[in-house]
Amino acid sequence: MITRFLLRALDRKAIWLIVVLVAVSILVPVANLVVPAGNPLHLDAVWVPLLGKYLTWAMLALALDLVWGYCGILSLGHGAFFALGGYAMGMYLMRQIGARGVYANPILPDFMVFLNWKALPWYWYGFDMFWFAAIMVVVAPGVLAFLFGWFAFRSRVTGVYLSIITQAMTYALLLAFFRNDMGFGGNNGLTDFKDILGFNVQAEATRAALFAITALFLAAAVLVCSGIVNSKLGNVMIAIRDAESRARFLGYRVDNVKLFAFVVSAIIAGIAGALYVPQVGIINPNEFSPANSIEVVIWTAVGGRGTIIGPIIGAILVNAGKSYFTAALPDYWLYALGALFMLTTIFLPHGIVGLVLGRGRKRRAPNNPSGQPEPLPERSADAEAGEDMGVLSPRAAE
Amino acid sequence: MTDETAPPVTTVDAAPQARTMLYLNGVSVSFDGFRALNNLSIIVHPAEMLAIIGPNGAGKTTMMDIITGKTRADAGEVLFDDTIDLRKLDEAKIANLGIGRKFQKPTVFESQTVWDNLLLALKKPRGVFPTLFYGADNDDVTRIDDILRIIRLSARKGELAAGLSHGQKQWLEIGMLLAQDPKLLLVDEPVAGMTDAETVETAKLLKDIATTRSVVVVEHDMSFVRELGCRVTCLAEGTVLAEGTLDQVSANPVVIERYLGR
Repeated sequence: MITRFLLRALDRKAIWLIVVLVAVSILVPVANLVVPAGNPLHLDAVWVPLLGKYLTWAMLALALDLVWGYCGILSLGHGAFFALGGYAMGMYLMRQIGARGVYANPILPDFMVFLNWKALPWYWYGFDMFWFAAIMVVVAPGVLAFLFGWFAFRSRVTGVYLSIITQAMTYALLLAFFRNDMGFGGNNGLTDFKDILGFNVQAEATRAALFAITALFLAAAVLVCSGIVNSKLGNVMIAIRDAESRARFLGYRVDNVKLFAFVVSAIIAGIAGALYVPQVGIINPNEFSPANSIEVVIWTAVGGRGTIIGPIIGAILVNAGKSYFTAALPDYWLYALGALFMLTTIFLPHGIVGLVLGRGRKRRAPNNPSGQPEPLPERSADAEAGEDMGVLSPRAAE
Repeated sequence: MTDETAPPVTTVDAAPQARTMLYLNGVSVSFDGFRALNNLSIIVHPAEMLAIIGPNGAGKTTMMDIITGKTRADAGEVLFDDTIDLRKLDEAKIANLGIGRKFQKPTVFESQTVWDNLLLALKKPRGVFPTLFYGADNDDVTRIDDILRIIRLSARKGELAAGLSHGQKQWLEIGMLLAQDPKLLLVDEPVAGMTDAETVETAKLLKDIATTRSVVVVEHDMSFVRELGCRVTCLAEGTVLAEGTLDQVSANPVVIERYLGR
């Protein structure tokens, strides 16, 4: 069963991608640590966490693509799952600081001492153990996605309405995490990390290792997503994306399929967040901001939704552009991002990957042999789905 | 087949004596005060074909919506296979009981291949995990190949459904119905947009299907209904106007006035 899943996951494209990611996980640390400075192949230490950050974002975009590109669920709140995974990791890192904090309290993190708290809140218990934090990285986003999806998909909330409530979800969490009495460090968030598993988070070797682990986790996420979309369940997801009620009349429990995809996606996003935090050294409520989640949608659209490699390329390229622009022309980045999104939806409906593979052409119906006007695609059966998202609809540009 | 032994006009108000595949009794439904179905009663027997004709707005599609769980009836009985009450079940459950539906506009999954469309429809466990770990065995492949032959799309099995002609999409959708292996097929305007030759072939195919399963066909095309040669029910304004053979129904003065004569 599992072997069948893995064999199907490893189609030619996925194998290439995984090989590249594994190679990157080796080459980048080597170029940074082994190749001596001055050698043209040497990678300066500042690049390692930056590239690692791009890869965690690529993982987040891949997670979004699983639900949006393949199942038609446009989540505008995926940053929330990323942030929850990040907070779980951040809580572990906070507790590793121990007595080395400014207030030298062996149990309480600095912000709690500052707030005059006497004891650790119950929900911080266990986070001094890495294995517990690692479980929470998966459980916290997974449970939130399950509860959210359970209610939303069961009540058949789709299209724009679903997108809006995902925004509301991440916004509500943003406001909640801003509050000091939530016990997550308020608007400063969690920072000043010292160690991870006994290694100094600032050390170059640790950072190189974190990078390598991130690349390997991204490769694993590619394997899982590829396995899902290449299975018959992947066909069902695409069927739901294209004609939801038709899939229902075939006897598929649309809500369960969506729930599965949503939870898997949230878990991948959470793991990405957990890998992000030790590399950037901080997690704060801004990670929940709705604008962040919308940016993820842009990366995915630019790279090419409905493909495995598209969101990865999109996340890396857009963020590389962002790093460049915000340094070179800081005032113009948001305009550039907006323009990029508009140009992509108008001229590259299948993103960069679609441009390269010519998928846009292939996906369109060739000349209609019967010579009569083609009826609108499956709208009649899907009228209640209300999935018209204008430019954001996967079909709108066809 | 029902064409030699055309049954007499069925008295629908009688209690169901024989085994029924579909039993609608006194079904009514209103949308914002508009009565789409008004005390509608219809019986379909096992391995029987029933053609439903009637003017636009007669409630034909609403009737299918009620049977397949898309719309809830305000009143009346909706029984499948003698005993199963369909009014409380959702679309997926009803589909898995063995009721397949073909829509008025052909709705196939356009971005997937002909083969994948049939694979999705194939009668197999529909749960998330069985689907995730599903692998087609030889029986499944043979079954899909058979269906491809029946619907004459063998040569195009690897192509995206979006590239099929209108008539071929209709056939693919009928093929998907077959793959579902239902006991009852609800077929909404199967020959809309088909050439005459395709229409004749479709009639043959449906008659063939009806030797083993119950089929309800909604159609406007009278020559097609004649081709089917089955029992005919004429609906108007959400209720049964007349029943019988096509000749009996089309000779009925009320039918002529309200439908055919228009």
